[in-house]
Amino acid sequence: MSTVRLSGISKSYGRLPVLAGLDCEVPEGAVVAVLGKSGSGKTTLLRLVAGFERPDEGTIEIDEDVVDSAQRFVPPERRRVGYVAQEGNLFPHLTVEKNVAFGLSRAERAGGRAEELLALVGLADMGRRYPHQLSGGQQQRVALARALAPRPRVVLLDEPFSSLDAGLRASLRSDVMQLLREQHATTVFVTHDQEEALSVADLVGVMEGGRIRQFAAPEDLYARPLDRTVAEFVGEANILAGHVSSGWADTALGRLRVADALLPNYDGPASVLVRPEQITLRRPAGSSEEPAGTVLQREFYGHDCLLVVGFGATRLRVRCPGRPPAEVGEKVVLSASGEVACWPAPG
Amino acid sequence: MTKLLWGRRRPPLGLAATSVLVVALLVSPLALIVAQAAQGGWAKLWAALDRAFVASLLWNTVRLALAVTALAAALGTSMAWLTERTALPGRRAWAALLVVPIVVPDFVLAWTWSSMFPSVHGYWGSVLVMTLHLYPLVYLPMAAAFRASDPGQEEIARALGLTRWQAWLRVSVRQARSTLLGGSLLVCLALLGYYGAFEDLRYQTFTTAIFGEIQTQFSPQVASSLSLVLVGLSVLVLASEAAFSERGVLRRSGPMAQRAQSPAALGRARLPAVCSVAAVVAPAVGFPVFVVVYWLFAGGSSALPAAVSLGAAAGYTALYSALGAAVATVLALPVSLLATRHPSRWSLTLQRSTFAVQAVPGIVIALALVYAASHFIAFAYQSPELLVAAYAVMFFPLGLVAMTASVARASPRLEEVGRSLGKGPVTVRLQVTLPLVAPGLAAAFCFVFLSAATELTATLLLVPTGVQTLATQFWAYAEEGASFGAAAPYAATMMLMSVVPAYLLGRFFDRSLAAEKAGGAQVLGALT
Repeated sequence: MSTVRLSGISKSYGRLPVLAGLDCEVPEGAVVAVLGKSGSGKTTLLRLVAGFERPDEGTIEIDEDVVDSAQRFVPPERRRVGYVAQEGNLFPHLTVEKNVAFGLSRAERAGGRAEELLALVGLADMGRRYPHQLSGGQQQRVALARALAPRPRVVLLDEPFSSLDAGLRASLRSDVMQLLREQHATTVFVTHDQEEALSVADLVGVMEGGRIRQFAAPEDLYARPLDRTVAEFVGEANILAGHVSSGWADTALGRLRVADALLPNYDGPASVLVRPEQITLRRPAGSSEEPAGTVLQREFYGHDCLLVVGFGATRLRVRCPGRPPAEVGEKVVLSASGEVACWPAPG
Repeated sequence: MTKLLWGRRRPPLGLAATSVLVVALLVSPLALIVAQAAQGGWAKLWAALDRAFVASLLWNTVRLALAVTALAAALGTSMAWLTERTALPGRRAWAALLVVPIVVPDFVLAWTWSSMFPSVHGYWGSVLVMTLHLYPLVYLPMAAAFRASDPGQEEIARALGLTRWQAWLRVSVRQARSTLLGGSLLVCLALLGYYGAFEDLRYQTFTTAIFGEIQTQFSPQVASSLSLVLVGLSVLVLASEAAFSERGVLRRSGPMAQRAQSPAALGRARLPAVCSVAAVVAPAVGFPVFVVVYWLFAGGSSALPAAVSLGAAAGYTALYSALGAAVATVLALPVSLLATRHPSRWSLTLQRSTFAVQAVPGIVIALALVYAASHFIAFAYQSPELLVAAYAVMFFPLGLVAMTASVARASPRLEEVGRSLGKGPVTVRLQVTLPLVAPGLAAAFCFVFLSAATELTATLLLVPTGVQTLATQFWAYAEEGASFGAAAPYAATMMLMSVVPAYLLGRFFDRSLAAEKAGGAQVLGALT
């Protein structure tokens, strides 16, 4: 399979800059999620890799081949890049089978490649239907089969699950990702859903301001985000004021270990990130000196629950397994555990 | 390489330039008319207009337009409701019959009535005939709107305490208001441009007066001045649409899946309902068809020798209409592509400005072309090319409307997917874009062909020397007075010739409505 390398990519529409010197390297066979808010240029990024549009500056390489640079442009039909759009974009005038076979040569068609792929996505008996006779999830499966049929070097997916309803989205997402991994396809998909990005990708790139702000494995991204913006974008975040010195952070929730390699030689005020599941609650036992707060809101999700606790001047979000340990209005004692990320506080 | 791909923001130069050229071509007749009217100086122009005659024409035209528009709106809406939303016995058949007046030309309908009942003439005769001829322009879009309306919304209205009748009125009819307005607008514009029917019914309007000036007074300048007033009236009608209609498109929220509507039971109103639909179909469709068939068999000779045989006239009609349709379709494609693929303020303005052509009656366009031919391109005068050009310009908006939904369906995103699957730009155009756009092109062709084949006013002015089309030969006989039997075969052939394209067109609009509500809504939006 293949690597994709983007260097110094800039692109504007009129006076509106969308990408500003973006660099990114997708390793061979990896599933990479590009996470960004709508309008952050995610789709543009994919369209550039596919060759639907040209960057104003920068170079795009697939497998060491330069496919786009100031000197060279390889048109989309010669890039061998599969593309699945948000709405699937199936050809409405062709049957499912003909859609899948669209990119195949005569010999490949005769060899039954289309049928093979339809079976792979679980739609073996739907070949003669037309796209409008399929449900949204089925259409997306067909779009994927169509993109995979000509054995592309890279598969690009543009918010492929966002038009589906929640239940279907989760199941189709895991099916599709499993399939892509079995095919060892280098995959780039863009999404605005952090849960989607974290749950299925090997690597996640957070896009902001026309660049990749941070590019890391999901676990690292969640535990050690580069800054507050990234921290809040990839999950729920409590940001506490604290003091960091020699690998420990002192906060209102006590003394917490700073994650490895963060602020190694720093000594001073810092913003400290505590994720909701790092905090635990219990009812106060008599009068103690322990930090306490009042439950303001509770939301029960079955497998866990989320409480919002008024704590001094701030509100903390706390996630607890199972039943809510306290009701609205109750006083609770808070404690935190695990490693935290932190950044030098301004001023 | 990039110019082969449809960019997202900047349209390709070639497409933009072609579209601008097409629009300039379409708008040029108006400029020519102004030039001609102003030739003798504005004072003279004003003198030609400043007459009691113009005042009486204005009165005639306005009172007729008001009455016919109101009646056609009422008739079209009630018929649409009966066939789409009630359990009317045989509603599919009635629905098909109700649109037939579209293929019965105005001058044929007027002729059948005035030839059988000489008392049908003047103002009331014109109100009757024009209403019967034009109500489908309201019926068609309203029926489509009722069909596409969401029964869920009426249910919610009823849950909020409205009766069935109130819910229908305040939800469905209220939402179809802009559709109704658009249909009425079309009625009004069409009415302003007719000539033959009013000549039959001996009712003088601007169009008959303009024709008179050209044919008998040989006064092109007065004709142009009158044309300017007529165009002014039409522009007023178009502008009133802009003033009344609601900006912003009604979109269905939520999933596109729509439950089938359950038609309202009519109960004891069944018989009156059937009778009322029959009371529209009989005089608008049954009667003219009966009269034409009657004269066909009754026969009758004419002292007037036919300039061309029936077969030759049919051949000319088919040829000129087909060429006009082909040219209009080819011209409309770039404008449609530009507006759907590169929507921006200027490309949409460009597209809308072509709809202004609808406000220019056929006679004015013909007059402008005659003027152009006699002043600038003398060899073109009374040439087939000029007639074809007139058809293409006059019916351009119809072609544009008919192809819009298909062109929108052939999204550039699909072309991109095709490219990424390893097909070159030409292959993708042939295998993806063409099959998707083709139904729209065919619809545009049918729409223009149908309209051109039944067109009389401009054809009379522009028909090449020594040639007669079905319409002009029919007119020659009908004008002569007594030779009904000689005229009937031409009327019959004309109607038969338009039945097939009309049927195809109906199927196309039905299908695109059923296939995708979004696309259908677009057709409706463009139509109104």
